[in-house]
Order: sequence, then C-alpha cells, then structure tokens
Amino acid sequence: MSTANDSFDPSTTLWRDGRPVYDRRDTVCVVGAGASGLAAVKNLREHGFGVDCYERETSVGGAWNWRHDRSPIYANTHLISSKPFTQFPDFPMPDTWPDYPHHSQLLSYLERYAEHFDLNPHVWFGTEVVKVEPADDTSWDVTTRSAGGAGSERTHRYLAVVLANGHNWAPKQPAYEGLDEFRGQTMHASAYKDPKELRGRRVLVVGGGNTGCDIAVEAATSASQTWHSTRRGYWYLPKYLLGRPADQVNDQMQAARLPLGVRQWLAARTLRLTVGDQGRFGLPKPDHKVFETHPISNSQLMYHLGHGTITPVPDVRRFHRSAVELTDGRQVEPDLVVFATGYLPRFEFLAPEILGADEHGRPTLYLHAFPRTYPTLAVAGLLQPDSGLFPLVHWQTVLIARWLRLRDRDLARAAAFWSRASADVGKRWNRARVKDSTRHWFEVNHIDYLRALQSALDELSPATATAARSTR
Amino acid sequence: MTSVRIMRNRDWANPVPPARREVLTATPELPDDSKPPVLFVPGFGHGAWAYAEHWLEHAAGRGFAAHAVSPRGHGNSEPAPKAELRAYAHDVVQVAAGLPRQAVLVGHGAGALVVAHALARYPARAGVLAAPVFGGWATLGLALRHNLFGTLPGAFGGKVRVGRRQLFSRDLPEPVARDYLKRIGHASRRAQWELLRSRAPEEPVGAPPVLVVGTPDDRVVPRSALDRVAARYGGAPLLFPGMGHDLMLDARWPEPLDAILDWLEKGDH
Ligand SMILES: Cc1cc2nc3c(=O)[nH]c(=O)nc-3n(C[C@H](O)[C@H](O)[C@H](O)COP(=O)(O)OP(=O)(O)OC[C@H]3O[C@@H](n4cnc5c(N)ncnc54)[C@H](O)[C@@H]3O)c2cc1C
Ligand SMILES: NC(=O)c1ccc[n+]([C@@H]2O[C@H](COP(=O)([O-])OP(=O)(O)OC[C@H]3O[C@@H](n4cnc5c(N)ncnc54)[C@H](OP(=O)(O)O)[C@@H]3O)[C@@H](O)[C@H]2O)c1
Repeated sequence: MSTANDSFDPSTTLWRDGRPVYDRRDTVCVVGAGASGLAAVKNLREHGFGVDCYERETSVGGAWNWRHDRSPIYANTHLISSKPFTQFPDFPMPDTWPDYPHHSQLLSYLERYAEHFDLNPHVWFGTEVVKVEPADDTSWDVTTRSAGGAGSERTHRYLAVVLANGHNWAPKQPAYEGLDEFRGQTMHASAYKDPKELRGRRVLVVGGGNTGCDIAVEAATSASQTWHSTRRGYWYLPKYLLGRPADQVNDQMQAARLPLGVRQWLAARTLRLTVGDQGRFGLPKPDHKVFETHPISNSQLMYHLGHGTITPVPDVRRFHRSAVELTDGRQVEPDLVVFATGYLPRFEFLAPEILGADEHGRPTLYLHAFPRTYPTLAVAGLLQPDSGLFPLVHWQTVLIARWLRLRDRDLARAAAFWSRASADVGKRWNRARVKDSTRHWFEVNHIDYLRALQSALDELSPATATAARSTR
Repeated sequence: MTSVRIMRNRDWANPVPPARREVLTATPELPDDSKPPVLFVPGFGHGAWAYAEHWLEHAAGRGFAAHAVSPRGHGNSEPAPKAELRAYAHDVVQVAAGLPRQAVLVGHGAGALVVAHALARYPARAGVLAAPVFGGWATLGLALRHNLFGTLPGAFGGKVRVGRRQLFSRDLPEPVARDYLKRIGHASRRAQWELLRSRAPEEPVGAPPVLVVGTPDDRVVPRSALDRVAARYGGAPLLFPGMGHDLMLDARWPEPLDAILDWLEKGDH
C-alpha cells in the first residue's frame, strides 16, 4: 500500500525518448526494501529527504524474507554474526532473543523496523526497477514496471538514487566438463530450502562458504551419505569461543588494537587449542592465514566430520554419467549435487561503466558505495563484512544522506570533500591480505571499514547536522 | 566535536547483559495514531510506579499510549547492584525499540541523564528532560547543602537518602509524602559514581527536538543547571514555580505534564 506518489503534478511532465518522465524533484529513489534499502529510506527521511523506494517483491525483508521464492534462505538458517554485530545500531534486537537468532526472527525484526519508523508508506511494492539512467543534469531517470510484468513502464526523475538491490540473488554457477551428461540431480544452493530435499539421498555439497558448510551439516543428519568438496583448506571458526560468541571475543582483541599479525597468531593458537588439528579430520591445511578468507562460523561441521557423517573431499575435476571425479582422482557417486559456490552482484538496470565496473563486472567505488563520476548515485550494502552487515549499512546510508545534504547546502565544501575522497576510490578496507578469489574483492574488516565511515562522517558532519535539524 | 559515534567496541565485545524489566502501561480508550507513544523513565531510586501514580493515566486520557520502565535494579525490575549507567540506557532503548512506533522519551531527575544517553542510541520522536540531574560535583554540592547526612554517604559510594523537602512542595499532604519517601530506593553505587563524574552525553541521533522542564524551587537541580541543560539542546527551560523536584508526584503534577503533552501536540513530533 503506497500513497507517496499520489501527489504527482502532471504539469511537471518532462520527456525522454518520446516517453513522459514524471519529475519527483528533490525526492531520492531507493531500489530494494531489504535491510539496506530500509536503512536507506529511514536515514534519508531522517535527514529531511522525500523518498520513493521500489521493491519488486510484495513485502519487505529482502534475502531474509523466506516467503519470496527467490530468497536464498533455507529452513535452518541461523545468523553467523551474533546480535551486537547484526542489529542496526539504533534499533537493538530484543534482549530475549538468542545470540544467533533464526532467520524468521530477522524477518520479523525487519518488519518491525519498517513499522516502527513508518517506512512502508514510502515503498512501492511489486514494482521492479528496470532502468536507471543519468538525466542531463545530476538527476536520474528511473524506469519501473509492475513486477508481474503486466503493467506498462513508467519513468520518474529523481534528485538521487540509492541502489540497495542486494548481492545474493544471481547464483555463481560453476562450469564442469561432463556436467551435461551427469544423470544425478544438480542445483545451486539458492534453490535449496529444506532438509526434506536431502533425505535418504547421497549428497555432494560443493563450496566451503557458510552456505556450503550449513548445507553439509544439514545433509549429515538427513542424507544417507554426505561429501563436502572444497577447493582449499579453511579456518572453521566455532560459534562460541571461551563460552562467548566468537565474534565478540575477536572484537575484544580488535578493541585492544592488537596488530593484525598478533591477532592472527592468537586466533590460530585458540583454534588449535579448541578445535585442534584440522588435518586429523581429513581436511586440507588452509592455504592462507586466519582472517584472509571470509570467516566461516560453524560449530557443527567438525562435529559431523568427527562422526564420519560428513566426508571431506577435494575440488571437483569433472562429471561423468553417474559419477563425479575429484581432483585427487577419486570418484564419488552422488544422486544430488548442491553447488554452494556463492553469488554474483548484478546491476542489470544500469550501464556497467556508471559504477566503474572492471572486466569482471566488479564496481570500483569509494567506500564500496560512491562511484567516481556520479555524485548523486550510491550503492548501499555491497559489502561482505567479517561480521554482520546491518551496522555497516546503517552508517553507510547515514553517510549517503549527509553527503546528499551537503551537496544541497554547500557545493564548495562538498567538492572539497570529494576531491579528497576520490583518491580512495577502489580502496579496500581490510588490513588482512584476503585471498584472491571470486568473492573477496568486497570483503571488508568491519573495524577498518567503520573507522573509515567515521572519519568521512566527521568530515561531512557539523554543518550538515544543524542544517538537517532546521528542516524539521 | 564529532557529531555521531560509530565505534562502540565495548558494546560489541561486552554487550550489556539482558535483564528482566518492569514496564507499566496505560492505553488510551480511543487510540489516536497521530500521537506517538511516550516512554517515561524514572530517576535514581524511583521506579515506574512514580509515573503510575498520575502521569500514565493522564497521558493516556489525552490519547497518548503511555509507558513507564523501571531500569534494572529499580521498581520491580530485576535487582542489579552493579549496573552501570549504560545498562540503564540500554533498558530504556530496549523498551523504546519494542514499542510499535517511534517513541518520545521522557526522563526525570537522573533518569533525564539516562534518557540523554538513550537519545544517542535511539532516534526518538522527541526527548523531554524533566528536572534533569546531569550530575557533576555541583549536584553533589547542592544536595549536601540541603541534606548533608542523607547525601554524604553517596560521595563515598554508599546509600543516598533524599529528604522530603528536596522532592516535594509543602502542598503535598504529609502522609502522602511520607509514603512516597518510603518507596524510594537507590541506584547502584557504580551508577551514582558515574553520575558524579558526569560524562557528557553524546549528541542525540536523528536530531530529535528536546524540551527541558523544571522548577526554580527545585532543591536538587539548581536553576543554573536547568538553563545549562536546556541551552545544550538549544532552548530555554519551561518552569513551574512552587513545585518540588518530583514533578510527577508533587501536588500540582498535572501542570508540567499538560505542558509536555501540549508541546508534543503542537510540534507534531
Ligand atoms: C544464507 C545467508 C545467510 C546470511 N547470514 C547473514 C548473517 O548472519 N549476518 C549478516 O549480517 N548477513 C548475512 N547474510 C547477508 C544478507 O544478504 C544480508 O544480511 C542482507 O540480507 C542484505 O540486505 P540487502 O538489503 O543489502 O539485500 P537483500 O536482502 O538482497 O535485499 C535486496 C532487495 O532489493 C530487491 N530488488 C533487487 N533488485 C530489484 C529491482 N531491480 N527492482 C526492485 N527491487 C529490487 C529485492 O527483491 C530485495 O528485496 C546472509 C545471506 C545469506 C544468503
Ligand atoms: N548462517 C548464515 O548466517 C549464513 C549462511 C550462508 C551464507 N551466509 C553469508 O552469505 C554470503 C554468501 O555465502 P556463500 O557461502 O553462499 O558464498 P561464498 O561465501 O561466496 O562461498 C562460496 C564458496 O564456494 C567456493 N567456490 C566458488 N566458486 C567455485 C568453483 N567454481 N568451484 C569450486 N568452489 C567454488 C568458494 O571458494 P573460494 O574460497 O576459493 O572462494 C567458497 O568456498 C556470505 O556473506 C555468507 O557469510 C551466511
């Protein structure tokens, strides 16, 4: 239910390529009503902006809304980041919730966030953004279509656009020789929903990210046989260390400002003492130090390896009619293969050069949010943090709102800020030397990244803070 | 001056432990969606009961969903002898975020300081600081002057006993005042100490409008302190002469509350 656009004034109609463009003037457009989009709507409104948010689904929640067919969430998903790292900093999760809430709690949390801050009237549900194009000044033309596909397209002109379309929608599908002739079933993890699908089957799970580890654990108790294939060794972090959520223990070390090398040594030591020698479980030795791949947070994987209910195997070399050949020459005969090989960011509605995409299609941005040459466009949530996303995306959207306010009030100061900031376009916010892999280009250390946001906000703040107040 | 604070390593690594909290509520008979919920926060030693005496019902009568929380260690909330100020602020934010809509936070006495800390964590619709005790040694000085033997132990981490004349005007009948005094407990030693050291609260998030109300005849909060707190939030205090510190319990309790609710209605907060 939306009312925000009802106030259109038809007399302000402009034209583009022979189509009418409805001018929304000082309104900002947000694409997507997942966690990032909702934070953007809230924080832009808090800074005095009018907002139109477009969401192709019929309700909020994004990835966490398991009711949406496309959601990558499976029945037993629990958070990997504990509450203090998962909640929005200004809207804490209830004390009565556990350290690592269930995905259904995340959805109810996002629904309550939208209710509490009265965001729903600004969201156009069932409306897909199909095109985002720069207009002749710094504003943007956004073309939408009702998600059913039936309705005609409409174009609106906005002061600025915040892209919060999420990056866990397009499966990263690996290619293998012989895959066509394989007679077993294959699926990407995004289509996996429930352990029922694994019951009594011989299952091969490919990929050692959190999804792969979670699904391997589910298979361990449902499938008749489980192989878990990874193309490298990893550090498997338990959810609890020393009786406390592991990320809280890690932050205690970061708060003490221990140098990275010392933290890596301490963490490796702690893992050695708690988890022990991973080699004993048949796992390869990690080819990197702790914190150099996206952290895996899973207490049950080792347990099932120890029970023999998961068999670790190396990477897949190729497929045969009824078997899968591994790089060590072994053959296994699964009847279901789940590719938990991750996702690819996609901005199909936007010309790739606008975000400075490289040859792999990866955007080149300042703070993973601001493109070099388009000051009124920003991306929210395009981050792979070593903790929860929400705190980062909250402050990121506050920064976006302040930045747009500053441009509005004081172009000279905005220009000064940007000339400094643009030197950091493409910079990575991670002290650790993360492994060069298809997924790590936007991996950030939450402390490094939040510190960078803090100094950017401090730079933008004092004048804009009072300006924002006077508009209320 | 940094306008927001992002880095909260302590809260991430050592979050405030959960506690069972007492929340008292008065609901309007005719719910009015245009009016935000109001959350009242009592001062040190008081509990939600202090608002349940008059203010909750009266606010509900005017169409506001009215709630009062007892921070841990107060009222009927879980005992918390070691609680810090940040735990009290946490309790307030927890309750506020649990309300269906963005809430107005109203704090009284040292509860106003708790609210000021909470405003830095939660974008309230508006903030009201009633007879705010923001602490510091001047607060101690004034308290010593009016109540030497009740206050002195507080300076050494002991129990503070407030006196009748500090909290209520002569208009409040003696037995009623005595009854209230009996119900007043005390905050944790740690929080009392933090109040004395008085770390200035951070800038509120979401730039809420903030109103300061008080009385020039307050024997806990000097007039200069009222002005200082109000100036910090860009205004002047709204004054109710002739009342004691406990605005919500004293004989003329409807006046400050009506003024607060009028302000909320007028400002469309
Ligand atoms: C299995 C799994 C577990 C996870 N666990 C954690 C965790 O423990 N902690 C954590 O912090 N993060 C976790 N994540 C990351 C998760 O993606 C983020 O928490 C969060 O959901 C990202 O929110 P978002 O708003 O950026 O993107 P999304 O949630 O993906 O939302 C994007 C929204 O945009 C909409 N949209 C996209 N394109 C268009 C368009 N063209 N027009 C209109 N609307 C559009 C989508 O429908 C969607 O609603 C997990 C992810 C997965 C897959
Ligand atoms: N419980 C939870 O809360 C939870 C659960 C699942 C996911 N998540 C989050 O969701 C996001 C996505 O996680 P994800 O696990 O789906 O994806 P991911 O982190 O990208 O992991 C993909 C895994 O597949 C491997 N891989 C990629 N391409 C491959 C190929 N061609 N052949 C073999 N292996 C390949 C990767 O190896 P490399 O090491 O070489 O890259 C990696 O091990 C992450 O942020 C994650 O933390 C959270």
